[in-house]
This record gives sequence, C-alpha cells and structure tokens, in this order.
Amino acid sequence: MAALDASFDTTPHDQDGRLKLDLSTAVETDKQGHHTINLLVGNVHCGGCVRKIEDRLTKEPGIETARVNLSTRRLTVTWQGDTYHANDFAKAVEDLGYPVALYRMEAVVERDKNTERDLLMALAVSFFAAANLMMLAWAVWAGHFATMGQATRDFFHWIAALIAVPSVYYAGQPFFRSAIAALRKGRSNMDVPISVGVILTTLMSLYETWTGGPHVYFDGALSLLFILLIGRYLDHKVRGTARSAVHDLAMLAGQPVQKLLSDGRLQPVASDSLASGDRIQVAAGERIGVDGIVREGGSSIDTALIDGETTPKDVTVGAKVLAGTMNLTGPLIVEAKSVGEATVLAEIVRLLEAAEQKKGRYMAIADKVVRWYSPTVHALSLGAFLGWWLFGGMDVPEALMIAVCVLIITCPCALGLAVPITQVVAAGRLSRKGILVKSETALERFAAIDTIVFDKTGTLTTLEPRLVGLPDDESALTLASSIAASSKHPLAQSIRAAASDAPRIKDVEDTPGMGLSWMSEDGEVRLGSARWCGLSDTETAQHGKTIGGLETEVWLTRPGHAPARFAFSPLLRPQTKQVIDTLKARGFDVAIMSGDRARFVGPLAEQLGITDWQGDMTPADKIEAIETMKAGGKHVLMVGDGLNDTPALAAAHASLAPTSAADISRRAADAVFQGGSLQALPELLATSSGTRRIVLQNITFSVGYNLFWVPVAILGLVTPWIAAIAMAASSILVTLNALRLDGLKPFKRLATRTGTNPAGQPVATTAAEGAV
Amino acid sequence: MDVLLFLVPMALVLSTVGLLAFFWALKSGQFDDLQGAAERILYTDDHPEHSEPPNTLDEKQ
Repeated sequence: MAALDASFDTTPHDQDGRLKLDLSTAVETDKQGHHTINLLVGNVHCGGCVRKIEDRLTKEPGIETARVNLSTRRLTVTWQGDTYHANDFAKAVEDLGYPVALYRMEAVVERDKNTERDLLMALAVSFFAAANLMMLAWAVWAGHFATMGQATRDFFHWIAALIAVPSVYYAGQPFFRSAIAALRKGRSNMDVPISVGVILTTLMSLYETWTGGPHVYFDGALSLLFILLIGRYLDHKVRGTARSAVHDLAMLAGQPVQKLLSDGRLQPVASDSLASGDRIQVAAGERIGVDGIVREGGSSIDTALIDGETTPKDVTVGAKVLAGTMNLTGPLIVEAKSVGEATVLAEIVRLLEAAEQKKGRYMAIADKVVRWYSPTVHALSLGAFLGWWLFGGMDVPEALMIAVCVLIITCPCALGLAVPITQVVAAGRLSRKGILVKSETALERFAAIDTIVFDKTGTLTTLEPRLVGLPDDESALTLASSIAASSKHPLAQSIRAAASDAPRIKDVEDTPGMGLSWMSEDGEVRLGSARWCGLSDTETAQHGKTIGGLETEVWLTRPGHAPARFAFSPLLRPQTKQVIDTLKARGFDVAIMSGDRARFVGPLAEQLGITDWQGDMTPADKIEAIETMKAGGKHVLMVGDGLNDTPALAAAHASLAPTSAADISRRAADAVFQGGSLQALPELLATSSGTRRIVLQNITFSVGYNLFWVPVAILGLVTPWIAAIAMAASSILVTLNALRLDGLKPFKRLATRTGTNPAGQPVATTAAEGAV
Repeated sequence: MDVLLFLVPMALVLSTVGLLAFFWALKSGQFDDLQGAAERILYTDDHPEHSEPPNTLDEKQ
C-alpha cells in the first residue's frame, strides 16, 4: 500500500539503527502493570508476514501477546516489565524488514468504528425482524386465499407487532437521527421521508392490529429498513477504507521532538508540550516540530511542504524556520517561538477548515430531488384524504387510511438506495485502480468539473530531482560521487546514485547550506553551489550553458582541472503528457498554479502544451485565483500535493492528491490516488461522469416508479403484498442498474490513441542536451 | 392449529438466539480482522519453539 509506505519517514530508528524517537512515551499501562503499544507495520501482505512478526516478538522477554491485524496493519503488543522495551520490539520488527511507525488512536477513528458497529447491529436487528415478520406475513397472505380464522390472524398480527415495534425503534435510529438533525437545521434530506414512511407504516399497522383490521404492513417497514441499511453500511465501509488510509497517516503528525534540557541531555517530548523559549535538537533528516529560530548549527531545509519551493533553503544561526519543514543536511538547535496551534502549519490547517466548511454547503443530487419530492407526495396524500372525505363520502378514519397508504407507497426506498449503491459500486471500481474517494458528494462534484488546475512540484513532476546533465570528464563524476557519499542532501544522493560504485572518501567536510569540501593531495576539492566553489558568473557561463533556468546546478572544482557542472531537473510523472492531451481533447481547460519560481514553471508548461500557467503563488494567491475562476462560472478541480496547495484543494470545487502528498493535503483532498502515474485522473473523471449518469437514471426511475403506484394507493387498492412488491422490486432494479457501472469503459478512444511513453522522461530535453 | 402455539414461539426463540450470537461475535471482536483470520489458519503451528514435530515413525516401531 503506497499510502502507508510513504509515511515511514517517521520510523523510530534512523538508517544507522540509532533511536530517533522514544516509543516508551506512547506506551499505555493498565492497573495490573501490563503495558500496551500500538504500532503501524508496513509491507505486511499475508499470513506469513503476520506469523513471522508474531513469532519473533513472542521470543522477546516479558511479552504476553503480540498480534498483527492484517486488515489494518496494526501490531498490538502487551508485555510486563520496562516500558522502554517498546523500542526493542520496534527494532526487532524493523530488523525483520518491516518498517514500523507509531500508531495513535484518534478519536475520529474510534467514532468511525462505533458508527460501523451501530450500523451492523441495526442491520442484524432489521434482518431478524424482517425474516420473522415475513414468515408471519406469508401465513396471513395465504390465509386470504384459504381459510384463516379471525382469531388466528389477530394472533399473528399481535406477534408481528411485538417484534416490529421495538425493531423499528432500534433499526430505524440511523435514519431518525439524521432526519432530526436535518430538520433542526431547517433542511430536509432523504432520511426525512424515509423516517416518515417507516413510522407511519408502523403506526398504521398498529392501529389495524388494535382494531382487528385485515392489513398490517410491519414486514414492509422492516424489509425497507433492512435494504436501506445494507446500502448505508456498504457506503460507510467503502468510505471508511478511504478515510482510514488517510487517518493512519494523520496519526503520525504531532510526532515527538527532542527537547534539549539545561544539562545538555535530550528528552523526547510531544511537540505541543513545549513552551516558547525551549530549545530542541533537530537531526538531519528530521522534520522540524516547531516554528522557531535557529540558535546553533547550519543546514539546508526543504520547505516544499510549506511553500512548494523545489530548491532547499540554506539556514544559519538566527534564521527563522517553520514547523513541518525538513532538515536535510546538518543538526540544528532551534529555539521554539510558537508551538502546536500557533504555528504557521496550524494556521494553514485553519485556512483549510474554513475552506472546507464552504464546500460543506454543496447539496447532493438526491437531497435536491427530495426537496421537491417530499412536498409533492405530502400534497398528494393530503389531496387524497380531502378528496375521499369531502367528495368520496368516506368517514375520516377510512380517508385517513388511504392518505397514509399514499405516503407509504411513495416512501422513497429505491430513491434512498439509488445514490449510495451507485456510489459504492463506483468507489469499489476506483479503489481497484488505486483511487480512494473520501467524501460523500465527491463523485457528484467530480462529474461537474470543466477546469483542471495542477500544482507543479510533486504533482506534475516527481519530488526527487534527477541528474540530467553530466560533465564531459568521467573522472569528475567518480570524484564527485566519492565525496557525495557522505552527504544526505538529495542532490548529493542523486550524484551518488549516478556512480554508486565509486569508492567512499572519508574526511569530507560538510558545510551545511553550501556544499562539501575535501582535502586531496593536490589541494582542496569542493562540491556545491557556484558560490561555494568560488565561481564567478562569467566562469559558470564559460563551463556550462544554462538553458531556460529549469535546472538546479552543482559544481565540482579541483586543482588542475576546469570546473565541472552537474545539472538537475525534476522528472515528469509518467504519462503526464498523454493525460494532459486526453483531458484537453475531452474539452477540459487545463492550468498550472505553482508556488515555485516562474522560471521553473514556464518551460514545463510549454513542454506540456499548457498555455495558462502561473508561478510564484502563495497559498492565498491560489485560493484567490480559484475563487475568481469559480465566480466566472467554472467548476474547478485542483490537483496538488503540497501543504501550500492544501487551502486551494479545499477551496476548489473538487480536489485530488497523490498519496505521496503531505498528510494534511491528503486530508483536504476529496480523493487520493496511488501510484506514480496521473492516469488516475482521466479514470476518476470518467467514472464520476458515469456515476452521475447512472445516479440520474436511478433517481428518475425510482421517482417514476413510486409515482406510478400513487393512483393505486389513492384508489384504496393497496394491500400488504402490493406494498411489499412495490418496495422491493424498485430497489432490486436500482441495484442492478448500479452494477452496470463496473463495466464502464474509461475515455477509451483517447487514452489508447498515443503509444506508451517511457516512464520518467526528463522535464525538458533541451536542458539535458545543453548541459552535455 | 394448536401446533402454532408451539412453532411460532420456537421460531422466535431460535432467531433470537441467532441475533444474540451475532451481537456477541460483534462485541468480542470476531469481525475486527477478517483478512488475517483467513490466512492465520494456514499456519497451525502457533509457537514453534515449544512444540516438537511428533515423530510418527518412532511410535510405529
């Protein structure tokens, strides 16, 4: 699962096996002294892995139980003894080759689990009741054609009432609660007419039972609840999967930081327990946990999460650093200025929540239909009552019974199922392709999209820069690789990867933010920025042509040789060009909005054939641009991954993020996709428009079907078995129609029009040629 | 038709037992890890360090 694997940059041990994060802070201990810890384990795919891990852990001293949940990838260990053992357990599992991260139970996930359990219980009760009632109902129906004494029939009705009333009360809760919540806000939703229908059916049947009448509809009410609960449970389950993929990762936020105590010792604490003025140590490769000021050390930090910049920023003593940025090269001592809710990171989260609330006002198609459907059927039923009473010569109870029959027969059972079932099928189809849809109305919103806005870094391109321009001199690469081996900077690692068999050189000095230097026998060798290597602009122009400014450069200077230049360029995600072409051919407007510098964005836009692009945008700029587009009547889809895109993701009509995105962006996006290719986008758009079509068909059908029975009800011809057939048949048809979605073909003609492109094509080939 | 007085309550009692059994299963976490349970059964040997494989040949001799 790519979503999980991407999150293991917070593993408790670093590459050399040193402890980075003390797990004993997360151990829970009960009164008998049993310790428990929950860990998230990656790469667990089968029972074999489960067994390997469990067997390994049971060998540890003091272990009581070790159990891996294969569905949630959660390892629960209980033991007695020292809480510090938690670290040994994590180490043992890591040594088996499974990455481990801290699994924190969040209230949201607990609540999710409870909702699921409640739904299952309601489902079980409604099934129990519907089955028993059906048994009794069939007997009574059969009795209409044969002989059944009044006494036996009443006996059956009373038993049915005893089963039905408590069951309706219990199994109807999910609908009643949602209906009441909607009514309190002065709105109506699908659950209002459903609740009205179910309650009226039950009350009317009770009345019939009491007066010894011939018809009760208890079975209809309960089988209706049963069918609707199936739809609701599936719906919840599917989105639960998507949500848990996202939440597992959100749990990793708020990771401990290393607090520097006055006596020089380090203590791992939660980042929000720090006070302003506390100092923390941030090792290379760690995320900075607070907003603060660098007091000791110097390093390069990756700020892509906050502002989308691709090039790492150099920081020295006195520089401001923000929570959420990644420390790349050297250790830093940071004095906290603001922590927890006061950080810029938290501010972005608030911006996000505000934008999300605006989106919450989107009204689902089904709810729009209910807005006119409910008043219509209520008016019809009132009309039937008045008609029979005033002109038909009926007395009030009789006319009332007919009015209630109209309400029962028009109870939007199929309508309530039309949307959830279709969405469940769609979500299942998408999740097989690695796309997880999170919000309820997302598919409907995706279907309305006409404009697609891409972020650049991490969305159109991959995050890692690729070495595209090598110096002519082979020996320069070998030497550079030998020196680069001792640095964790991404550019150094790219160079290292290009010639990984070059011998490692010791005694390399790392000047954070500048570059590397090494004293060879002939003199000093430097690898780093042009400034670090002491090169003037004329010299750099002389030794390597810079084309388009697309690439980042690293220089190598050594005594007796000309300076050598290494050029880096981000890579396009595979098939990006075809995806953009497909989308444009489909009539979507495509645009790029990037926080990166304009000179990096322009060439890429040109290469992809996108004319509408902007660089140097702040998160607020992006929101503003999207709001302008929306005001112009466009329906905007935002595709982005950085923290800086997060508010834009929430502000857009719909949003999509790769699973490699920042935690918070994944949370903000309506859907996330796995895998490296943007192919997910056309797939998602095709599925959502197919879903919308089938949802509309289903709604039209079920409304039409229900209205067809209205005359029958008004004429007073409804009997329990007609009601049962009327309710069940439409639900089945609607479900079958939804299943058609599985066979939908995605934008077929256009997707196969061009041949496959080799993956990982450099962004601008001209830049690569220019460098060589 | 007196048999109804016996059969109907029996049907109700049996289905109630089924319902309660399901509630018990749900509450005791039987449905928490559907995938894992299916695979676990393939590995019957839970604690290999405690159990020696029985030497059936010796017993026969």
